[in-house]
Amino acid sequence: MSNYAIETVGLNFNFGNQHIVKDLSLQVPIGSIYGFLGPNGAGKTTTIKILLNLLKSPADQVFVFGKEINSNRIATLKRVGALVEQPAIYGHLTGRENLINRCILLGIKKSKADEMLALVGLTEAANKKSSKYSLGMKQRLGIALALVSDPELLLLDEPTNGLDPNGIIEVRNLMVELATKHQKTILVSSHLLAEIERTATHVGIINKGQLLFQGTIDELHLLSKPMLEIEVDQVENASNLLIKSGFEIASQSDKKIIIPFISSKESGEINTLLIQNGFTVSSLYQKRKDLENLFLDITKNN
Amino acid sequence: MRSLYISLVSEFYKSRKTLAFWAAILLPVIICGLITFGFYSTSEKVLNLHYPPMVLWAQYSGAALGVMGMLIMPFYVIFMAFSVNNIEHKNDTWKTLFAQPLNKFSIYAAKYLYAVFLIFICLFLFATLTYAFGYLLQVLVPEYNFNQYNPSSILINSYSKLFLSSLGILSLQFILSLVWGDFLKPMGIGFVGTIMGIITASVGWKYAYLIPYSLPTLALRITKVKKGGDPLDFPIFTQEIYTSLIYAAVFFLIGYFIVTKKSIK
Repeated sequence: MSNYAIETVGLNFNFGNQHIVKDLSLQVPIGSIYGFLGPNGAGKTTTIKILLNLLKSPADQVFVFGKEINSNRIATLKRVGALVEQPAIYGHLTGRENLINRCILLGIKKSKADEMLALVGLTEAANKKSSKYSLGMKQRLGIALALVSDPELLLLDEPTNGLDPNGIIEVRNLMVELATKHQKTILVSSHLLAEIERTATHVGIINKGQLLFQGTIDELHLLSKPMLEIEVDQVENASNLLIKSGFEIASQSDKKIIIPFISSKESGEINTLLIQNGFTVSSLYQKRKDLENLFLDITKNN
Repeated sequence: MRSLYISLVSEFYKSRKTLAFWAAILLPVIICGLITFGFYSTSEKVLNLHYPPMVLWAQYSGAALGVMGMLIMPFYVIFMAFSVNNIEHKNDTWKTLFAQPLNKFSIYAAKYLYAVFLIFICLFLFATLTYAFGYLLQVLVPEYNFNQYNPSSILINSYSKLFLSSLGILSLQFILSLVWGDFLKPMGIGFVGTIMGIITASVGWKYAYLIPYSLPTLALRITKVKKGGDPLDFPIFTQEIYTSLIYAAVFFLIGYFIVTKKSIK
């Protein structure tokens, strides 16, 4: 048995001549929260649709729980719950009716519907037509629909879209709870790294259909090297001095000079050097390159 | 089989609050009600014509059958084919529907069968209400002679023919509504087809039976021609019906082929 809930092997997918997914090799370990990151149009939703067999993948490229998806469509889908793009909800039915309809399709007890409504905090709005729901409520109903079959693997496509800060925190906590207490595997896509950083154990970064990074969240952090930011007057002269003294300037603006951080001792020496040469240093601090920028760097260079 | 049953139950559950479902019930109630009211309020005029019982039934049931067969039936079928598919287009739910652990054929077949079921219910109600309201008229206007002839065979035959002859249109329209999410394309094609069907059927074009839309009109016209002889003697399975059933089967299979190949975007 494979250790991966999802494994794609050199997956390629085209819409006509347009390459949407190129040589994608995802490996989503069982029990992980896998943050699937990428800018809009990177191929995230397409990949999720392939994982649901909504889009037909070439044979032997997509495996869910170790089984090839095209030849095990129904068995695979039984173990998967999904929220794809905007939640697909029947607007003329109430929230409860939407869930009951799903219970009918899945052949499970209708009482599960109320349980799910409580879980996502929609009990009070259960009998309201879902077309009257706010975007956040629709999103929560979508999550409830994905969870109703108690699936081992959850595919959530931008689940916090349209939620207010409270809703975002709730969804985040729900994901962590599902993964830790209920041993579910979650693949959650997003274009916001800050979002993923808070919950994910593993990260895959995709851009223009290609996987640029895949690993644990710690491995991603290692990629980001710390920098030393120096706020100083006469930036131009100060940076010339530093270059002459053998330092490498990473970047500079009209107020700040940024150089790679090496050690605290060296930071002190730089400070001394600048002051001795008559510059006024207003601040000097070590800053880890935030993942947001790292993400931009990774996707920009592609 | 189980997933087909499950899908059918879900189709009913989803649509039970929509116009499509209620149209199947309201349409016969309203049309039969109006005709009955007409026969009730103008009973003196009708009585003066001294129809024999069979002709009275023919006049009375023909009023509903005529309107249905010519115009309403094709449009009703087009509307049903549209509504069962539109419920998914409108809510963007094809993707979740096909992401359920059910085989695609069941999902597709359940939708189709549900549309067939709605048409059946509608026509069944037409036949039943025509029959029941006929006897109601007899009670309200005792001078009528509805009770002297049993129209059940003629009603069953006519409505069975109407039902079977409309399945060709249903399958064709079902594909159009499956492929296109909007109202205008399938409706437009259906409208043009229906007009074409009516014209070709009424001018008696030799190959009119090859146009699915003309089949209900053709099926009923033959009923009328035979009415001169023994009205119980007309066969249900005529050329129109065979053609309709063949169209239905072929388009149904093509529709399934489209579903399996179609990428759900």
